[in-house]
Amino acid sequence: MPGPLQGVRVIELAHERCCFLGKLLADAGADVVVVEPPEGAAQRGHEPFLDDQPGLERSLSWWHYNTSKRGVTLDLASEQGIGQLRQLLAGADVFIDGEAPGRLAQLGLDYLSLQPLNPGLLMVSLTPYGQSGPEKERPATDLTLAASGGMLWMNGYDDHSIPPIRGGGNQSFHTGAHYAMMALLAALLYRDEHGAGQFIDVNINACCNVTTESGSYAWLVSGAVVHRQTGRHAAARPTSSSQVRCSDGRYVNTGVPPRTPKEFRSLRDWVLELGLQDEFPELVFLEMAMELEYVDQGKIGVDDAVTAMCAAGRDALVLIASRLPAYDFFRGGQDRGFSVGVIYSPEEVMDDLHFRDRGFPTAVEHPELGASFEYPGVPYRLNGSPCEVSRRAPLLGEHNEEVLGRLDDEGAASGSSPA
Amino acid sequence: MTTVTEPGDEALTAARRPLEHIRICDLTGQLAGAGSTKALAALGAEVIRVEDPVRKGRWDILRGAPPFVDSRRGLDLGGGFNNHNTEKKGVTINLRTPRGKALLRDLIRQCDVVAENFAAGVMERLGFGWEELQKIRTDIIYVSHCGFGHTGPYSRYKTWGPIVQAMSGLTFTSGLPEQEPAGWGFSYMDHTGGYYMAIAMLLAIAHRNRTGEGQWVDLSCTEAGATLHGPAILDHSVNGRPMRRAESPESNRQNWPAMAPHGVYPAKGEDRWVAIACRDDADWHACAEVIDLSWARDNRFAERGSRIAKREALDALLADWTRGEEPFALADALAGAGVPAAVVKSPEERIDLDANTAEWELFPVAEHREMGRVRVDGLGVHLSETDWQIDRGAPCLGEHNEQVFGDLLGLSSDEIEEMRAAGDI
Repeated sequence: MPGPLQGVRVIELAHERCCFLGKLLADAGADVVVVEPPEGAAQRGHEPFLDDQPGLERSLSWWHYNTSKRGVTLDLASEQGIGQLRQLLAGADVFIDGEAPGRLAQLGLDYLSLQPLNPGLLMVSLTPYGQSGPEKERPATDLTLAASGGMLWMNGYDDHSIPPIRGGGNQSFHTGAHYAMMALLAALLYRDEHGAGQFIDVNINACCNVTTESGSYAWLVSGAVVHRQTGRHAAARPTSSSQVRCSDGRYVNTGVPPRTPKEFRSLRDWVLELGLQDEFPELVFLEMAMELEYVDQGKIGVDDAVTAMCAAGRDALVLIASRLPAYDFFRGGQDRGFSVGVIYSPEEVMDDLHFRDRGFPTAVEHPELGASFEYPGVPYRLNGSPCEVSRRAPLLGEHNEEVLGRLDDEGAASGSSPA
Repeated sequence: MTTVTEPGDEALTAARRPLEHIRICDLTGQLAGAGSTKALAALGAEVIRVEDPVRKGRWDILRGAPPFVDSRRGLDLGGGFNNHNTEKKGVTINLRTPRGKALLRDLIRQCDVVAENFAAGVMERLGFGWEELQKIRTDIIYVSHCGFGHTGPYSRYKTWGPIVQAMSGLTFTSGLPEQEPAGWGFSYMDHTGGYYMAIAMLLAIAHRNRTGEGQWVDLSCTEAGATLHGPAILDHSVNGRPMRRAESPESNRQNWPAMAPHGVYPAKGEDRWVAIACRDDADWHACAEVIDLSWARDNRFAERGSRIAKREALDALLADWTRGEEPFALADALAGAGVPAAVVKSPEERIDLDANTAEWELFPVAEHREMGRVRVDGLGVHLSETDWQIDRGAPCLGEHNEQVFGDLLGLSSDEIEEMRAAGDI
């Protein structure tokens, strides 16, 4: 079955800022052609590499971010290259790029120059600070955007002599791509109705700045400032820790402590099943709570009995977690209705039976290597038009003949030429 | 499809936003669900939020939760709820009664999309599973979003943001060697799961526009999180190198592509930090000019490879220097020399004191019936022809019952009043 964007033609100028948007589109069935310079995109030089050996076809970063796309090379320093790109864009629905503001205007490839060529074109540009703002020239990386965009302020340890910590992966770029995808699809649906193209200016810093949950709205609503804490939400006032090291050395998140009498009963039973009652004199508070009709959380810190019951609930989860392997705690807790989780490393997610059962790990063939490797799949199951990683990233210039060969003929026939 | 307009809202309806022809029956809550329809409402979709009159919408715990604008408390006054539900309409329907169920069916018949983020199985229990939804409207789009998706051994398990982040690998990747995970100081995956949910709705509408067919999208938030560290996963599946190993993670330093220096360094002042990244040798040499000390010009740091090999020493020297510098002056001096650098900004600094944020009009003011005028999160994009717009705050409980049940579904005032009295709405 074809994907939901079957028939949507996308031209992408290879760049680390827009590659993920291209992947989201390509995995959804759009025909995405990524355009690289003849020597290859800079991203082909990004670690990690196959067998740790650098090489044009060996970057795992290139592999991941360019699945399901086709690839061509064009020399944009030449008239011919610009002309070919303009021909590609004349027949495209979407043009995406991550170039610094102003660069495409110099090449005659900005939206204003392209609009007469293709009035229905949707162009999406992803830049650190937008096309026109006071910081449009400011240099940035994923890390510095996480700093200026607010993520770093909230992530780190209780010990504030340790710097704020950035989460792994290029999450600032990803956040920009997510906003770009929402805006582009909205514009595509508008074009379905009204036929009009438009330009979409994606400000990655701004996207991060509104991906900060209570860090922003605590300030906006009540002027409160949150501060970072180990492994849990940054908060205006310190909160209790929620991570426990299990018997196998792995950590779990103990989630939300019991709130209802039923949950207290279930936790009491778990303590007994594990034979931990002798080490847990607070069991009596769990038993008090499970006999109530209702445990009024609002009375924590006000009513001594309620405070003790809720503290015992939290302590029981911590004790159990410290005595079990992380996975057993997760299954045992969830089977009893507690929202707890293992802190998996990325590779452990791919090996987990649930993710395998859903078919999330996806085998991708690399015929030139005579090998197949597991990639992360797509997070949504569309039962009428599935998204999928349909093929490995393109080799350098792999589709030059297929894409540009046909173009030359059409170009000659229609007489289109560079500006 | 007719559009429900409000008296006095001409200015709003005159503005052309891209999704004005789309109507969504919104059963979502919290940020992971409500965030998705918030984005689509800002882009013009008519989002009708359906809540339970019996529990007064409490399923969404943010409804009455802090922060609050003043000393008032109540289910219409939650600051987070207002932030995540701007531009939506709100109705109440009691799905325990036959007439309530029939009313929801009537509403769904008028909608393009049904969106929800209940635990798996809840919609079937309510009588609105995928099979039933198709009977109500043959081309309906149904997007479900929960922690583990609707199939698989964990499908009935409960999650919230931090659990999704734990199970998807994100928490682990944020930290330092020999330390417990630092994780994420906020529900990154509530935001991001919401973005995927919005994307899922739009993908399905695009497909319907082409084929006339609806479909069910089963979105798993943990899978969404697991797509966000592809190179790390491939480093394991291709090279056999797990991320759980000695000296890993080191998330401020580790980077693909590898850079040095690359990290978060101390600056003058209490708990002040500046992120600095030298992408290549040119960046480093520009950085060394700003530092203007002999060690910075040392040959051992001249090339990327040797800087990476010696980054322990490099980071220590750099931190010794940055510690004495004013954070904003330092970041601006480096950025002015072409080196990516930024202060780890506080909420006030990035929201109120940031020229880029102001120029973008990133935090618009929304008018809420009870809370008044409150600033909220906008969108980090601008569309040249049909931009987003946020003017209205979140709906109070049942605020648009008359408008939606009357104007859209054709009930008379008497019928609406009678249903209210009978507990159906």
